[in-house]
Amino acid sequence: MGIVSRGFRGRARVDDPALPPGQYLTTDFPVLSAGPTPQIHLDSWRFGLTSEDGSSRSWDWLGFRRLPAEDITVDLHCVTKWSKFGTAWRGVSIDTLLEHVDTSAEFALVSSYGGYTTNLPLEDLTDGKAWIAFEYDGAELHPEHGGPARLLVPHLYLWKSAKWVRGIELRNDDEPGFWEQLGYHNYGDPWREQRYWAD
Amino acid sequence: MTTPLDGNSIAGLLRELFGRDMTAATARCDSCGSTGELARAVVYDTAPGVVVRCRECTAVVARVVRAPGRAWLDLRGVSYLQIDLPD
Amino acid sequence: MARAAVLGRLSWQVATVSAVRRESATARTLVLDVPGWTGHLAGQHVDIRLTAEDGYSAQRSYSISSASEIASEDEATSPIELTVDRLPDGEVSTYLTDVLEVGDQIELRGPLGGWFVWHPDDPRPVLLVGGGSGVVPLAAMLRTRATRDATAPFRLVYSMRSPIEEMYADDRALSAAGVSVHRVYTRKIPPGYPRPPERIIADDLSDPDFGPDRAPQVFVCGPNGFVEAAANLLITLGHSADDIKTERFGPTGGPP
Repeated sequence: MGIVSRGFRGRARVDDPALPPGQYLTTDFPVLSAGPTPQIHLDSWRFGLTSEDGSSRSWDWLGFRRLPAEDITVDLHCVTKWSKFGTAWRGVSIDTLLEHVDTSAEFALVSSYGGYTTNLPLEDLTDGKAWIAFEYDGAELHPEHGGPARLLVPHLYLWKSAKWVRGIELRNDDEPGFWEQLGYHNYGDPWREQRYWAD
Repeated sequence: MTTPLDGNSIAGLLRELFGRDMTAATARCDSCGSTGELARAVVYDTAPGVVVRCRECTAVVARVVRAPGRAWLDLRGVSYLQIDLPD
Repeated sequence: MARAAVLGRLSWQVATVSAVRRESATARTLVLDVPGWTGHLAGQHVDIRLTAEDGYSAQRSYSISSASEIASEDEATSPIELTVDRLPDGEVSTYLTDVLEVGDQIELRGPLGGWFVWHPDDPRPVLLVGGGSGVVPLAAMLRTRATRDATAPFRLVYSMRSPIEEMYADDRALSAAGVSVHRVYTRKIPPGYPRPPERIIADDLSDPDFGPDRAPQVFVCGPNGFVEAAANLLITLGHSADDIKTERFGPTGGPP
């Protein structure tokens, strides 16, 4: 730890027992990105789901928006230590997208417009644990926060909730994504503080 | 806001990794072939790590993650680095 | 030819505030004593680290505004100066401008950045283009020119929102022989100023003594949007991209 500077407090942060270890509560919504915000036109937006046998299905925006959607309120935990409680989203559950998909794949690789990827076990996307979200706080999801649509997997650190999502590939093998290749924990459970490799 | 900065903004981080100033080092983008000093590259430093992109073609040139007690550096987007040294 | 870079130490050093000075309505200059500091080149910056009692820390970069000095191994150099612009929501800048007092300590590492640097033995004319706090490293270059009695012609084009935000207004380095200063006001103009407030345009960068045919070294510094606009204007005016060095500052100046 560096020397303490007298009187330095830093941005308002609250230590709340409901927080995972090492996190601070924030009331704003920081924007983190690995590159320029992709400009995605709804007419060309596609979401693709590919199975381990190579078969695939895709939805255009209208088709995607015709799927049953739900309103959820979840807590978010970013690996950069801020957490945000009670965020309201609207999205399509991954269970809905997987409804008629026959798969024995164990893993998923998620890809985004702009090239970002992230990986997770398929079971972390199912049983009501993940959505493709298109509304935040009652309004269209802003491009800054991943609009038109992003993955939302709140039980893992937020880098797994890929913004500008364009597809999920179901795989038999685990393929580390953009940050998992470079030191970020392959799983990323905030409750076990799995930020980096070997945490 | 994801306002990108340039390679000057990671001078300290690069010096930690290389033991010398690297902002004047020239890199060749492996994606488009353009060359330029790292100081000129586009840097996104708000992600969980640092992402360095080619100013010409926006391809990822380098990535850095700085964790407590260690760091990881991915230079796959760079064909080479040219570093000036005294004779 | 490889120029000697000032290395300094790779690790964090403790700096003690020896003086503070109001520099403008929104900016303050900090004078820092750094034991073992061996100097810096004009244009370089330092990283600052602040740690709170609970271990929370924040890091930002600030350009050195004082003139370049290089010390030989056993000599100490003068204290260094940083000018900090207060951002209303800035967790670090508000601390440095509102709370920090003489005698307080912060951590810094540097000097950093060997590319965005002016070497006083370079005879080429120098065109400095600064937006807001982007003028800080350019001030170091002007001050270095003065202390080293360099004769290279300098022109500073300084864009600011309003006159109350102007830094270094009374600095003799800016009014020295061979230095010209052109101010651009983007929001509020001084009383009687003949031009309405507007952002930098090609005319602001067209002084013939610093035109492309004179092959000046050009340094552009400030927020990303300003640097992009100014650099594009300079290219349109015929300056070579290789002769234009740029340094972009972010709204917070550092990682979250």
